[in-house]
Amino acid sequence: MSVDQATVRRIAYLARIAVTDEEVPHLEGEINAILSFVEALGAVDVAGVEPMTSVIPMKLPLRADVVTDGEIESLVLANAPLAEDDFFLVPKVIE
Amino acid sequence: MSTQAQHSKFIQGATGDWEIIVGLEVHAQVTSRSKLFSGASTAFGAPPNSHVSLVDAAMPGMLPVINAECVAQAVRTGLGLKAKINLRSTFDRKNYFYPDLPQGYQISQYKSPIVGEGEIQVDLTPDHSIKVGIERLHLEQDAGKSLHDQSPTMSFVDLNRSGVALMEIVSRPDMRSADEAKAYVTKLRTILRYIGSCDGDMDKGNLRADVNVSVRRPGAPLGTRCEIKNVNSIRFIGQAIDVEARRQVAIIEDGGSIDQETRLFDPARGETRSLRSKEEAHDYRYFPDPDLLPLEFDAAFVAELEAHLPELPDAKKARFMADYGLSAYDSGILVAEKETADYYESAVSHGGVQRDAKAVANWIMGDLSAYANTQGLSVAQTEIDASSIATLVDLIGEGVISGKIAKDVLAIIIAEDRSADPRAIVETRGLKQVTDTGAIESAVDAIIAANPDKVAQAIAKPTLLGWFVGQVMKSTGGKANPQAVNDMLKRKLGV
Repeated sequence: MSVDQATVRRIAYLARIAVTDEEVPHLEGEINAILSFVEALGAVDVAGVEPMTSVIPMKLPLRADVVTDGEIESLVLANAPLAEDDFFLVPKVIE
Repeated sequence: MSTQAQHSKFIQGATGDWEIIVGLEVHAQVTSRSKLFSGASTAFGAPPNSHVSLVDAAMPGMLPVINAECVAQAVRTGLGLKAKINLRSTFDRKNYFYPDLPQGYQISQYKSPIVGEGEIQVDLTPDHSIKVGIERLHLEQDAGKSLHDQSPTMSFVDLNRSGVALMEIVSRPDMRSADEAKAYVTKLRTILRYIGSCDGDMDKGNLRADVNVSVRRPGAPLGTRCEIKNVNSIRFIGQAIDVEARRQVAIIEDGGSIDQETRLFDPARGETRSLRSKEEAHDYRYFPDPDLLPLEFDAAFVAELEAHLPELPDAKKARFMADYGLSAYDSGILVAEKETADYYESAVSHGGVQRDAKAVANWIMGDLSAYANTQGLSVAQTEIDASSIATLVDLIGEGVISGKIAKDVLAIIIAEDRSADPRAIVETRGLKQVTDTGAIESAVDAIIAANPDKVAQAIAKPTLLGWFVGQVMKSTGGKANPQAVNDMLKRKLGV
């Protein structure tokens, strides 16, 4: 599996990361290097093997339906570049 | 179903008939106190960003921990949809960028949902129902809310809803008209409300639907579908399907083809329009969420939840028909809201006596519902006690008051005192029906004596008797027993 420059641009767009034309060939090479490294795993026959979700046998922890969190507007908004009346403000996202 | 009935569902294009195919993805907010993966409150209407934890705001390093009650609610709902419950399900990340989704992905269940295939019986008329297949139900997070009208250049983001649990309930494309889709959502909403897993409040966005619409020539393979996002009322679902189907037919008949795309319904303009530009085509890059282990539970957990499920609408309707001898139509109306069904049952058997079940149904579906509708309330919210309806039916049954007077008594209760005893009102206001033949006879005699011309007419044409009954009722203030008046008039006039 490998990616071309169009795919690099698409991935960047979907993640909303600004990538300049000059950066694209470099990123293409980097991503393809990672993909070929991971591809080594393809040599292992995993037919009939359940995907491992945890190294030690563990069950998904569940919590009780109790309100234990929230009411921390100032903490939640602390890192927001822009906020007003306890709303986050972002550049307008509707056409 | 007859060919005729099937035919009537098609839409007529310029070149012949078209069949509408509808499938729905309903997003139902799970009723729980806290969110799916955090301990923040789910309560509606809180100040912006107050019901937000650092998990919901997607601060680095925060980890999701699943709410056991949300799991139980999904299983209960699956049972209510007669669906397969999956003892093992998994969570995936659905990646997309939007400012009200701080994680950059929604935690959802893509590959292995908690609930598999099921089925809902949807009643279209009292004697015609269809089955709509359920493909799956899965748990996922809701996103936050963006306000776009607060500023010309900025959008305002409130994350209170971010992370609230949703059940996405996906139907099979089994509906063939707007009416069928509306009936399906109505029934689904009723089931959710019975189970208590979603309050079904569409005004608050707690139940909303993505509507998939395509058209085809009757019997032909499925056409390309369009998805109309986030329709938030049952009426709009119907309108959106109709306008979208007509739009597609017009394009195809003009020689065009349908692009599979996401559209938005604009109720003000009565049109759907394309929502996302092409370069933003969906690519959610799903992958298993490494923060969450598979969700596993055993059959005993499911059995325990099943044992505590309430009687569901289909079963209640069947029981109302069997136990109370009500028609399918009446039973269907009474069970549509659980509170109305409970109200009905408490009226029918108030005081441990079983009274005329049909009469009680008529009062609730008639005068009481009429009043409730004018107030925008449900029957159970009118504060008129079920025992009052029971007493009115008893008073009529005992011959103490006529049906007409009973309506007046209900009007007095509504206008003056919700907790008044109908029997006391009848007593104190002297509304008792006159069954004393002497009193009725003198009233009848007076009317006959005063209207000799009408008497002659009535003898020639006995249907005019009704006029006399009316006059006697009027002169007795409506308190004479109409049957007694009728009998006496017949005897006096010899008709």
